[in-house]
Amino acid sequence: MSTEEKKNFQTFQDSNNVYKPLDEREASNFIKEVYNKNLPIEIIGTNSKNFIGNKLQCAKVLDLSNLSGIVEYLPEELYIKVKACTPINLIEKTLEKNNQQLAFEPIDFGYIKNFKSNKGTAAGQLSCNFSGSRRFKVGSIRDHVLGFRGINGKGDIIKSGGTVVKNVTGYDLSKLVTGSFGTLVALTEITFKVLPVKDSINTIAIYSEDNKIVTKLFDQLLSSSNEISGSVYIPNEPKNNNYTINREKILKFNDLKSEEPFLALRIEGSKKSIEERSKEIFKELELQKMKTSILDFYQSKLFWEKINNIELFSGIKNNLLRAVIPPAKSLDLMKHLKNNFKYYIDWCGSLFWLEVLDNENEKIEEIKSIVVKLGGYLTIIKNSENFTSDIDLFTINDTRLLLSKKIKESFDPKNLLNPGKMYREV
Amino acid sequence: MSNIALPAIDQSTINKKEYIFKKLKKLTSSENVLSHEAEIKPYETDALSAYKQKPLCVVLPENTEEISNILKFCYKENIKVVPRGAGTGLSGGSLPLQDAVLISLTKFNKILEIDFENKCVIAQPGVTNLSITHAVQHKGFYYAPDPSSQLACSIGGNVAENSGGVHSLKYGTTTNNILGVEIILMDGTICRLGGKTLDQEGYDMLGLICGSEGLLGVITEVTVKILKKPQTVRAALIGFPSHEDGGNCVSEIIANGIVPAGMEIMDKALIIATDNFSKAGYPRNVELLLIVELDGTASEVDELINKVSEISKKNNSLNIKISKNEAERLSFWIGRKAAFPACGAMAPDYYCMDGSIPRGKLAEALKEINELSKKYNLPVANCFHAGDGNLHPLIMFDGNKKEELKKTEEFGAEILKMCVRFGGALTGEHGVGIEKRELMCEMFNDNDIQQQLSIKKSLDSKNLLNPGKVYPILRKCAEEGRVHVHRGEEKFPDIPRF
Repeated sequence: MSTEEKKNFQTFQDSNNVYKPLDEREASNFIKEVYNKNLPIEIIGTNSKNFIGNKLQCAKVLDLSNLSGIVEYLPEELYIKVKACTPINLIEKTLEKNNQQLAFEPIDFGYIKNFKSNKGTAAGQLSCNFSGSRRFKVGSIRDHVLGFRGINGKGDIIKSGGTVVKNVTGYDLSKLVTGSFGTLVALTEITFKVLPVKDSINTIAIYSEDNKIVTKLFDQLLSSSNEISGSVYIPNEPKNNNYTINREKILKFNDLKSEEPFLALRIEGSKKSIEERSKEIFKELELQKMKTSILDFYQSKLFWEKINNIELFSGIKNNLLRAVIPPAKSLDLMKHLKNNFKYYIDWCGSLFWLEVLDNENEKIEEIKSIVVKLGGYLTIIKNSENFTSDIDLFTINDTRLLLSKKIKESFDPKNLLNPGKMYREV
Repeated sequence: MSNIALPAIDQSTINKKEYIFKKLKKLTSSENVLSHEAEIKPYETDALSAYKQKPLCVVLPENTEEISNILKFCYKENIKVVPRGAGTGLSGGSLPLQDAVLISLTKFNKILEIDFENKCVIAQPGVTNLSITHAVQHKGFYYAPDPSSQLACSIGGNVAENSGGVHSLKYGTTTNNILGVEIILMDGTICRLGGKTLDQEGYDMLGLICGSEGLLGVITEVTVKILKKPQTVRAALIGFPSHEDGGNCVSEIIANGIVPAGMEIMDKALIIATDNFSKAGYPRNVELLLIVELDGTASEVDELINKVSEISKKNNSLNIKISKNEAERLSFWIGRKAAFPACGAMAPDYYCMDGSIPRGKLAEALKEINELSKKYNLPVANCFHAGDGNLHPLIMFDGNKKEELKKTEEFGAEILKMCVRFGGALTGEHGVGIEKRELMCEMFNDNDIQQQLSIKKSLDSKNLLNPGKVYPILRKCAEEGRVHVHRGEEKFPDIPRF
C-alpha cells in the first residue's frame, strides 16, 4: 500500500464504516486489511437489490460504486467490458447505438422496491443471475458472462475467462461467480457477450383460464421451430385486496383485454419473418379456435418491459417468491396455487413469480416443499414485515450445501465477504 | 513420442499393486479390472497420441455405487485416479499415470430417460454425443453442441472438456446446453448438480464442473437440453482474394446484426489440400474461403443469406455460391470436414493447434502464422471457426527428423502465445490437459492459478484425481507439444476433425 493509500485507508477507519475505493487496487488493499483483522464486510454497489438475501450485520461496508465506466466495447466482436458497478442503463444505452443488447434482459427490481425504475449495476445483475423472459431461448446471465476480474476473500485480485466465446482455459469461474451474491469475490470488472437487437417484435395474446390448455400451449411453444423468444401466462388476480392488485392498471394496452387471463408469446425478427411465423404459430397451436389479439411493435416492447420489470408486483408489501421448476411440472404447481395466490408464469412454463400474504409464513413453507418435490428450487426475493426469520431464503440440499461451503472456503477462507447472504453457513 | 513431466511416482502404490487389484475386483468384479500388459495397452493414450503411458490398471465399473466405492478406497489408500471417457480428447486430459487407477466409463453407455415434455435427455457419460441426437431426431429434436468427433466422443467427456463445435456462436458450447450432472468426488461423495430446471439454486457448480477436465469429480450422469431442429439450413461458399478481405467480411457480417449458425474459414494451403484430398470442387483462385451457414425459418434464412451475399461483394469476394438444396449445402462442407486427413496426406506428421482470437484479428493472425511458417521452415494450413474466433492451424512436419518435432513444438507455442497476446485464449475447445499445461502462465498470473488450485484442493484435498493435468507442474512456461499425428496414426483417424 502506498503512503497515499494508507492515508486514505486510515481516514475511512476513523470516519465511518463505509469504504469507497476509487479503483481495484484500493479495494484489494481494503480486503487485505480486513482479512488481517478478521472483519466481515458487506459489499454494495448502488443498493438497487439490497432487499434480496439475508440481512447482514458486518463491521465494514465496501462500497464499489466508484468502479464505474465502460472499459472497452467492440460491437463487431460482440462484447462489452465494463467496470463492475457500471449502471445497466448506461450499458444498454451504449449498446443501443449499435443496435445491440444484453440478450438476457436485465430485470429492473426498482419497481418492486419503490415503483421506480432502477436496474442497478452490472455486478448486481451478475451477482443475482435472475434473467428475463428470453432466458429459455438464449440462456441466463451466466451464459452471457465471458470473463471477470474481482478480489477474493484474501484480497488477491483474480481473473477468469476473457473476451472470446470459445475459451476452455482453466476452470470457468465466471459461472461460479454469477449468482453468488458477492459471497465469493468483490467484482471489479465484467465482460458481457452482446447480441444484435432483432428488427421488430410482435406479441400474440391468447385468452384462456383453463390451466390444461395453457400448459399445453407452453409445451407446443417449447417444441416449435418458430423461435418464440418469450412466453408468459397471466392468470386472474385473487379476489382479495390484501394482494398487490394492479393488473388492469399495469397491463393497460389498446389491444389487450387485461381483465381476462391470457398467455402472451413474443416473436422477434424481420417484419416478413414475424408475419410468416405468426401464421405458422396460428396453425401449429390451432389458434383459430381461440380468442386472441395481437400487440404491435410499440405495445409489445412496452408489454415485455413491464413483464421484465416485474411491475405486476410493483411496491409489493407482502412476500415475493421466485420458483423455477421443470416446464412440464407447471400444471402441478398451478393446481396447487389455484386462484388463492397472485402469480404469473414466465420462461414458457418454468418460472413462477408469486405473492404470499404477510403473516402466512406456513404457506411459504408449503409452496417451498411442493416446488422442491417437483424438482425445482425457490428463492424468497422480498419478505414482508412479519416474515419469520427462520425460513431459509434459498433452497438447497445437504450435499450441495456441503459443496458450497468448500467452494466458499476456497475463495474466502475466513468467511468475510457477504457472510450468510445466501445461506447462513456460507 | 514426446516426453513430458508427470507427477512424482508414488512407489508405495506400485509396491502394493497386487493388493489394489484384489480390492478393486471385490469392489466391482474380476472381469472389470484389467492389469495385464496386453489388456491395458489400448488405454495408454487418448487422441493426443504423442504421449503414451500405461496405467497401474484399468477399471470398468458398471454403476455409480461401484465408482463411489472405488474412489473411497483409492482416497483412503492415497491412490491416484484418472477418469476416461471415449479417449477422443486432443489435449491428453486422460493420459494415464504409472501409479494411477484408470477408471474407464465405457460401460456407462445407456440413455436413461428421454423426456420430451421437459425437453431433455438423461444419459450415462459413455453415451456418444451423436447418439443423443439419434435418440430424439424422430420427433424433430437434436442436441446442439457438435464437436467434430461427435460420432465417437462421449457426453461425459464433452462435459469434462466443455466441448464446442462449429455452431457454438449461435448455440453455445456444452456448458450452455446441459441442465444437470451427477458427479462423484474423490472421497466417494455422490453429488447431483442441477436437474431438469433452467439454472440452479446456489453456486453454479454445474458451470464449474463443465470444462474441469476430470480434476474435480467423476461424471456418472448427464442431463442435456434438446432443441427443435431449425426449419431451414442454407450455406454460402465465398472466396476472397486476400485474408484482409475475408476477415473484414466476417466482421461486417457480425456488425450487421447477423449471427450465423456456423462460419468457417480455410486458407489457401488448406483449400488446395482439402480439394486435392476430397475433390470438393473449391475455387483455387482465392486466398481465403468462407463457409457461412444460416438456420432458422425459411424467410429469415433467405433474407439473411442475401445480406451475407451483399456484404461479401462489398468486401471484394471473387466467388459466391449459395446452396439451393441440402445436397449442395453438404457438398460445401466436404472439403472442410476432410481438413485433418488432407493434411495427413501431405506430410508424414501434423500438429493441430487450438487457440482463440478475436474475430477482427484474423488477417493479422494468419499473417503472423505465415511468417512463423517461414521462420521455422515448416508448412502450415489454417482452418478457423471464424464465427467464434477458434483457430486451428495444422503444422506439417516429419517426426522422424528429431529437430523438426522440436521446431514444430516451438512454432506451436508461439502461435498460442500470439492468441493470448491478441486478446484470445490458449484453448478454444480442445482443453489444456497436459498439452498446454505449462503455457497456462501466458494467460494467468500466480493469483489466478492459485485460486483455481484452491478450488481443486477444496474438492480433492489429496490431489489424487487426474493430477498433473491443466495446471503447470514445472513451474515454468515450457513449450509443449500439440496434437501429433504420425503417418495418419492418430487415435480414431477415421473421425472427421474440424
